[in-house]
Amino acid sequence: MKPSGFTYYRPETVEEALGVLAEVGPDGKVIAGGQSLVPMMNMRLAAPGCLVDINRVSGLDFARVDGVRGAAGDGHAVVRVGATARHADVERNAAIRAAVPLLGQALTHVAHPTIRNRGTSVGSLVHADPAGELTAVLALLGGSVELRSVRGTRTVGADDFFVDLLESCVEPDELATAAMFPASDGHTGSAWVEVARRNGDYAVCGVGALVTVDDDMRITDARTAYVSVGPRPVVLDASGVVGDVTLDNADWGATGRWAAGQLEPGEDIHATAEYRRHLAGVLTQRALRAAAGRAAGHRTGGSSGGNGTTGETAAARDHAGRGEG
Amino acid sequence: MLVEVRDEAGNMVNDASGGERLHEVSMVVNGVHRSAAVPARRLLSDFLRHDLGLTGTHVGCEHGVCGACTVLLGGRPIRACLQFAVMHDGAEITTVEGCARQDGELGTVQQAFRDCHGLQCGFCTPGFVTTITAYLEENPSPTEEEAREAIAGNLCRCTGYQNIVASVLRAAELRATEPRTMEPRTSEPGTTVLRAAGEAEVSP
Repeated sequence: MKPSGFTYYRPETVEEALGVLAEVGPDGKVIAGGQSLVPMMNMRLAAPGCLVDINRVSGLDFARVDGVRGAAGDGHAVVRVGATARHADVERNAAIRAAVPLLGQALTHVAHPTIRNRGTSVGSLVHADPAGELTAVLALLGGSVELRSVRGTRTVGADDFFVDLLESCVEPDELATAAMFPASDGHTGSAWVEVARRNGDYAVCGVGALVTVDDDMRITDARTAYVSVGPRPVVLDASGVVGDVTLDNADWGATGRWAAGQLEPGEDIHATAEYRRHLAGVLTQRALRAAAGRAAGHRTGGSSGGNGTTGETAAARDHAGRGEG
Repeated sequence: MLVEVRDEAGNMVNDASGGERLHEVSMVVNGVHRSAAVPARRLLSDFLRHDLGLTGTHVGCEHGVCGACTVLLGGRPIRACLQFAVMHDGAEITTVEGCARQDGELGTVQQAFRDCHGLQCGFCTPGFVTTITAYLEENPSPTEEEAREAIAGNLCRCTGYQNIVASVLRAAELRATEPRTMEPRTSEPGTTVLRAAGEAEVSP
């Protein structure tokens, strides 16, 4: 089908864009990559009266690591992604992959490379699709989104950003200008696993995991985040369940079963709630195990430099990158 | 910043049929400068097919799933059905027509599809040809697994994909043995670009 008509605006500065958004109000919609919005418009599920194209707005096309990550493992680095940066730009940025490996690990599961060439990371957060990998990545890392309007600028944490199914807290006159993904400290490993019915399709369930260890390989933190198990991304802190143990003694299977019990997935045409709960438990176990392996690599890697990347994790990631690329 | 076509008196120019505001859209398509006045809601895929008459780009699902409409924007594959033409005013686009050689003979990827029987009905083929053309620029010697992954975003209902995977590998082979010539690029004095003899020049 063809989309319905709309009035087209093409601002060239953030100020111009904010002016237009304030003027057109709830009738306006921002378009960046359009990889979610245009299908909805083609199917007439969305019919905005005004489209504000931000692709030529200067100063929004960036994806970089801010701050220096300390050699001692202090995590002060933050990945900042501008509103018109494509998934592919983030995915291919070596500094970003080193600072927040989880971003690259999750992005290879976002649709197909052709979609990632155009789709934007900030746009997918604003779209707030419960199957959107980056929603869970932002929630798991405790990231935030910068929103600007003629009324001012505010930064909203992931907890408050995702309101409900396909609903973020962005007001009609606001523009999401950037997303911030904080780096974890140097002893943290991460992983993303998911199951989809077809390559590149929406996940039936997807799980991201972060595992942090101390100098003695004792687990100090273990967290997971989920897509497709509810209207918003779900984060679980499994540290208490895993217990104060070393990596070798962690019972990931039991942790997975615990996680399955915590979730309340829904039922749809692809999976029953019970199947999805089972799947979430199994994927939790896999994601935590993979993240733990990478955390161990960080510790034994020793002189891996300031970026906290070991040969093992780099090799694993590169392999994944090639496979998906 | 409201981009519209206006006549000499400053009046809005409307589409005769639907009464919609028109926007002048110009692109360099396959190295040729093309333009048309279209409503904002014109999809890039329809702009190429209906307004420019380049019907090589096929439209399958029209919601980004099948990949038949894949074209190259600045060398990168994108779904033409998920973009409005007006957003790409001034862009450089390569369609399947631009993947043929300048003399009209089959391009490398097209030749590989012919060699390996990589198509049956051919409807999906334009999307595969553009996708694979861009992919081989990035990875000139893929493994079979990588070749399979490279085409994972394109649907084919006839072949079962085996011969398309073979076509990717064959195209890589043809590409590697092709004579490459050093030709000066006129737009950038003092620099030279590598391209295959007979290959259509994409950049202006």
